[in-house]
Amino acid sequence: MPACSIETPAGFGGLFRRKTTMYLGETAGLTLGKATRDAFGETLCELGGKRPEIVTVDADVGNSTRTEPFALEHPGRAFNVGIAESNMVSIAGGLAACGKIPVVASFACFLLDNAFDQIRMSVAFPEMNVKLVGSHAGISIGEDGPSQMGIEDVALACSLPGVTVVVPSDAACTAAATRAVIEHQGPTYLRVGRGKVADIYTDGIEFELGKAITLRDGGHATIIANGLMVAGALDAAATLAEEGHDVRVLDMHTVKPVDEAAVAAAARETGAIVVAEEHLHHGGLGSVVAQTAAALAPVPMEFVDVGDVYAESGDPAGLLEKYGLTSERIVEAVRRVVGRK
Amino acid sequence: MPKALNLAELKAKANEIRKLIIRITTEAGSGHPTSSLSATDVVTALYFGGFMKYDPANPKDPGRDRFILSKGHACPVLYSAMAEAGYFSVDDIMTLRKLGSPWEGHPNMKRLPGIEASTGSLGQGLSIGIGHALAGRMDNAGYHVYVMLGDGESGEGQVWEAFAAADKYKLGNLTAIIDRNGYQQTGATEDVLDLGDLAGKINSFGWHVQTIDGNQMEEVVDALGAARDVKDQPTAIVANTRKGYGILPVLETTGDLNFHGKPLPEDLAEKALAHLSG
Repeated sequence: MPACSIETPAGFGGLFRRKTTMYLGETAGLTLGKATRDAFGETLCELGGKRPEIVTVDADVGNSTRTEPFALEHPGRAFNVGIAESNMVSIAGGLAACGKIPVVASFACFLLDNAFDQIRMSVAFPEMNVKLVGSHAGISIGEDGPSQMGIEDVALACSLPGVTVVVPSDAACTAAATRAVIEHQGPTYLRVGRGKVADIYTDGIEFELGKAITLRDGGHATIIANGLMVAGALDAAATLAEEGHDVRVLDMHTVKPVDEAAVAAAARETGAIVVAEEHLHHGGLGSVVAQTAAALAPVPMEFVDVGDVYAESGDPAGLLEKYGLTSERIVEAVRRVVGRK
Repeated sequence: MPKALNLAELKAKANEIRKLIIRITTEAGSGHPTSSLSATDVVTALYFGGFMKYDPANPKDPGRDRFILSKGHACPVLYSAMAEAGYFSVDDIMTLRKLGSPWEGHPNMKRLPGIEASTGSLGQGLSIGIGHALAGRMDNAGYHVYVMLGDGESGEGQVWEAFAAADKYKLGNLTAIIDRNGYQQTGATEDVLDLGDLAGKINSFGWHVQTIDGNQMEEVVDALGAARDVKDQPTAIVANTRKGYGILPVLETTGDLNFHGKPLPEDLAEKALAHLSG
């Protein structure tokens, strides 16, 4: 097995057990691929051999966030500072001030929520070239429960001036996003998940920070999604297509800076927007898209997200169903929003 | 490396810097002069005692020694020392805290070359210093990192995360100086959050620790020299100081020896400057 290879075992993540479909993306004909954290870790490890400035700072979860292969390949460039997220982030700020490219990975909740002021003062305000990576994002982490679920992270990251925020949808998108944030000069936040997700970009990907990817075109409405919910959006589009309705699907992997032109075009050309994301209702992709559309081309909008609640322990598929993150909910939202045109 | 001043010259330089602290904070109408005055002797020794190698004309020199003021509210002492060192002029720092001035109320590294960290949210400077120290070791750059913290600031948990991590990496190129002036915003540190045997606590984290009178230049110079000679572990200097040192008789007339976070009114500033000149 190559040194950088990682594989989250089957059974982790977004497998549906209760429905006729097994995972988000199956209705659309997608096959289950790697977890996005695995794709991040492999890409980081590969980049480590080419970019000697890359270092990692870890708060003792490197085997979960998948920075471990990098650390094993480059032990002198990997710093595990123990369970001390505040210290981890500020150390990264110092390393960046000296020309290093620190990759700081932890669970999304512990990174953004626990060390938010350190991200503000040691990274964002001084515009340090630190690469923040939040793993185990969303409720699909499952059994470990709400204390481990990063569902405020996108809102917190987007609130910080100058921070680029990226939520990739599958393994190929994550690999491309990892390369892009390393190349980008300035602070970034990359959000990855724990469980396996459907492969969307099986034929390659043209990835550019801040530029949405159009996965399907149509004039009935637009579904704008990121992360796990892009596969769900494609399922919904497939279902609606069978009914004769072609919807546009945008993978809005970059939440900040959001692709304003793509949002405005979607609003003007399709007249209705549904936003789907694995995040709390306030402050995530839905808020960003709504602000953009409101300013440029107001149209009816609906939102499929976790809502304004904390979730609970349980199997990932059961959680996604119970908290409304399914293809069926997206289909319903499209029907509602089209009715409001 | 700028030429090292002798003890008498260092004391005179500290006096000049104290006058600048009074002048710029009174002109600004706000700021933390007493928190700056307690730290003046250490900062003066670092910049003018031959301990730090730096070049005001080349503030990004990768091999420069670093000084990080974690207690960022004391930036009047940093700005004053850097003006004396030639990074910028006294006229420049007279714009302290004014709209448009890069000499902000707390240090902003984006706007001022030579400032190593944007501080003001207490507790983060030592961790940032660890980042600099680790990078210096990776690059064999040979520089030393000095971080000044407050004693009140040491109530922040992150400070102790940093003490533990610096021990793990045996950062002999890192020195923490705790400006133990005995006061924080609302009162004496002993009353607000008593850190007790601070030197013993830091020592128990694996650090080489010295305790000195941080307002006596001889002791400051000796301690910085001893810290520089320790190569295999991080070093700390607990500098027992007096908040407002240099103008204490003037402060006594106000009945407020803490005098935290406010400038001297003009009449008191004149008395303080006269005292420092006397």
